[in-house]
Amino acid sequence: MALVDGLTKGLERIPGGSVILTSMDALADWSRGQSLWAMPMGTACCAMELIACSFSRFDFDRLGTFPRPDPRHTDVMILAGTITKKMQPAVKRLYEQMPDPKYVVAMGNCTITGGIFYYDSYSVVRGADEFLPVDVYIAGCPPRPEALQDGILRLRELIHTRSLAEGRTHERDLTLPGPDSPRAGTTDAARGRLVRTSESSGGEA
Amino acid sequence: MSDQTPAPVPVPADAGSSLEILREALCSVHPDLCPLFSVEFADGSLMVSRAQMHSTAAKLKELGFERFGMVTAVDFGDDFELVYRLHSSRFGVGMFLKTEVPRDEPAIETITDLWAASDWHEREVYDLMGIEFVGHPDLRRILLPDDWVGYPLRKDYHDDGVIPRPDYI
Ligand code: SF4
Repeated sequence: MALVDGLTKGLERIPGGSVILTSMDALADWSRGQSLWAMPMGTACCAMELIACSFSRFDFDRLGTFPRPDPRHTDVMILAGTITKKMQPAVKRLYEQMPDPKYVVAMGNCTITGGIFYYDSYSVVRGADEFLPVDVYIAGCPPRPEALQDGILRLRELIHTRSLAEGRTHERDLTLPGPDSPRAGTTDAARGRLVRTSESSGGEA
Repeated sequence: MSDQTPAPVPVPADAGSSLEILREALCSVHPDLCPLFSVEFADGSLMVSRAQMHSTAAKLKELGFERFGMVTAVDFGDDFELVYRLHSSRFGVGMFLKTEVPRDEPAIETITDLWAASDWHEREVYDLMGIEFVGHPDLRRILLPDDWVGYPLRKDYHDDGVIPRPDYI
């Protein structure tokens, strides 16, 4: 990484260097985003959805993501579940064992704010971002596997805006999909029903 | 367990009669425990003093309560009540064994020498209720971090980090 850091710093300074840097960024971001191996940090009930996600019905692998039990093999830590004060040092330590570049997905209300344990609890950490840099938040108690997969796609978009050079970003539109965006409606149940009924009525008639 | 095989007990027809068989067996072997025996939630119940606790547990184990279920504690203000759950496959019923320890001296003899399974259960009660189990081989906190201050399940526990639940929720 030291070589890359030095190189990117130099490239930013020399005239015309940013052209090379941009192409390098495009390659690096593409390769980083395509196979985000996950560290499944399942500490409570949200882990069930995380597990369901990686099996055949939801098939996380088609996004290039699959769980590895060793933090040294992974790129993204998926925090799924309540983090207690006793668990916090262990989570932090596992995060520190992951090689750079690394990302954190906070899955479920417990990892966002403490969730149902926000009030009257002596033992729960109120949100993973109290001690880890979280990139993507997925609300829900628990979120559906589709939501987690959408979160990974959003993380991929986020990675595509980053640069090898520190502090440099690309301009990318990270707003929610509008009605005419190609991503629109892909998780809309009503649209799914419509498609299914038109397909089945066409097939049987 | 004792070396002698326990005397066979009649096969009970239902829970009520198995409790009767238990009462008879208890009263014939340990007449001193007989007046303390009552029935709670369709199981046997014994309320004993703190000094009697360990010897009573040993007697019950001898009588046929070979399985330790759990131990928990209730905060009643001036006293803590300790509730031990024992099970017997011989009688086909469970038993609540209860005792009280005063708040200013919360200590009781361990039963890990009778049932090794009570080790972690006693550590949990120590961790959350602050009751000392005298003679426990390894009395440390089990659920909370080792440097925790206080015993959170006591009614008078106070922690500045806790956000009280507002009325509208
Ligand atoms: S957010 Fe809900 S489902 Fe997820 S760990 Fe917390 S309580 Fe469990």
